[in-house]
Amino acid sequence: MDFELMFSSFPKLLGATVVTLKLLSASLFFGLFIGLLFAILRLNKNIFINKFAYVYSYVFRGTPLLVQIFIIYFGLGQIEYLRSTFLWVILKEPYWCAIIAFTLNTGAYTSEILRSAFQTIKPGIIEAGKSLGISNKIIFYKIQIPIAIRQSLPAYGNEIILMMKGTSLASTVTLMDLTGVAKYIISTTFKPIEVFIVAGGIYLFMTFVIHNVIKYLEKKYSFQ
Amino acid sequence: MELLAFGKTGWGDELFYATLMTIAVSIAAMLVGFLFALIFTPLKLSKYKSLNLIGNFYTTVIRGVPELLVIYLLFFGGSGAIMYVASIFGYFEYIEINAFITGAMAIGIISGAYSTEVFRGAIQSIDKGQFEAAKVLGVSKFAQFYKIILPQMLRLAIPNLSNVWQITLKDTSLISVTGLVEIMRQSYIAAGSTRDPLFFYSFAAVLYLLLTYLSMKLINRLEARYSRGY
Repeated sequence: MDFELMFSSFPKLLGATVVTLKLLSASLFFGLFIGLLFAILRLNKNIFINKFAYVYSYVFRGTPLLVQIFIIYFGLGQIEYLRSTFLWVILKEPYWCAIIAFTLNTGAYTSEILRSAFQTIKPGIIEAGKSLGISNKIIFYKIQIPIAIRQSLPAYGNEIILMMKGTSLASTVTLMDLTGVAKYIISTTFKPIEVFIVAGGIYLFMTFVIHNVIKYLEKKYSFQ
Repeated sequence: MELLAFGKTGWGDELFYATLMTIAVSIAAMLVGFLFALIFTPLKLSKYKSLNLIGNFYTTVIRGVPELLVIYLLFFGGSGAIMYVASIFGYFEYIEINAFITGAMAIGIISGAYSTEVFRGAIQSIDKGQFEAAKVLGVSKFAQFYKIILPQMLRLAIPNLSNVWQITLKDTSLISVTGLVEIMRQSYIAAGSTRDPLFFYSFAAVLYLLLTYLSMKLINRLEARYSRGY
């Protein structure tokens, strides 16, 4: 055990954790909106709209996240037209490519989680709202969405943890996130175990925090 | 389309073999995972606190740490660890493990953690009376597990194992960082030499979709088989 290396690499890894957290929070933020949008589209009665939403979530859940990142980072740059538009400012940055890929990926999973949450809402609750003369729009925003969010908290907590692990793939497109820096230190010092313990410890700590925050929220917003 | 031609002119046959490699690694990893589950599920269900702790440590660490980090640990540390063990037995030559074994081990350790959780859940949801009835009838511990618990457990475990399979299949794309030529690595090579990454990565995505779709179909049949009588 090389404790000196563990101590000296800790601040570097902690600095890289900031990148990981930035990637995570940005993709979760945008992903939640996309997820909500596609969950609503899934419940639409128009068969084309709900099929479209279904195909979106099926494709993004059926392919590895690595493929999605590579298509966006390496693939989209190939299209000449895109290079001439303002989108190129975003797409040439690996940072934004990673965020786009993570957002679309977590959006697909979130839409499934929210959809099943919407479907498990008891019809009686909506009927009660209707019989009280509340408009459909307000029933949706003030009754269905809050209940669905509460319902999907445990599954969404898992999704956050999966996404946190997913951000490690940003290191494959030259971003120096926690895994990227860990790999760099391992490949220069050839001390994989020490670095794994420190980097893994930081990841586990984040998992622990997320897990407990979700647990707290579940308790706070429980129906009982 | 000529990019996908078989033979020397296209990448069709290379990608075909790469797909077979992905399937092989996934199956190998799944089996390694079952082996780990076979060890750690009893530990997690054990009466002894210290054994529980070992089982929980394994599943918590592996499920809380990115797959890529585990792969790097085995990729950079694997041969070192084996050489260390070999040196105890008096063997000091350089040992190199091939990428397939490293990959299957790394993904296997990960899928093992998920499988352990699935099996634990399945065993715990079997009615306690089943264990007691077997005991009362004087069925041996061995027969109790294989003839009574396992068949009931599989029915409950298969839907969740199908999820583990999907995760494992997708995780194998990460072994491409170690240089094993599976779908992702082959697409990377092809994209590099033809300067057509969009086409090859999209095609890789289609291959993965095909694999997940076909395996879902297969698993659904298996599920129907084990749910007979319910």
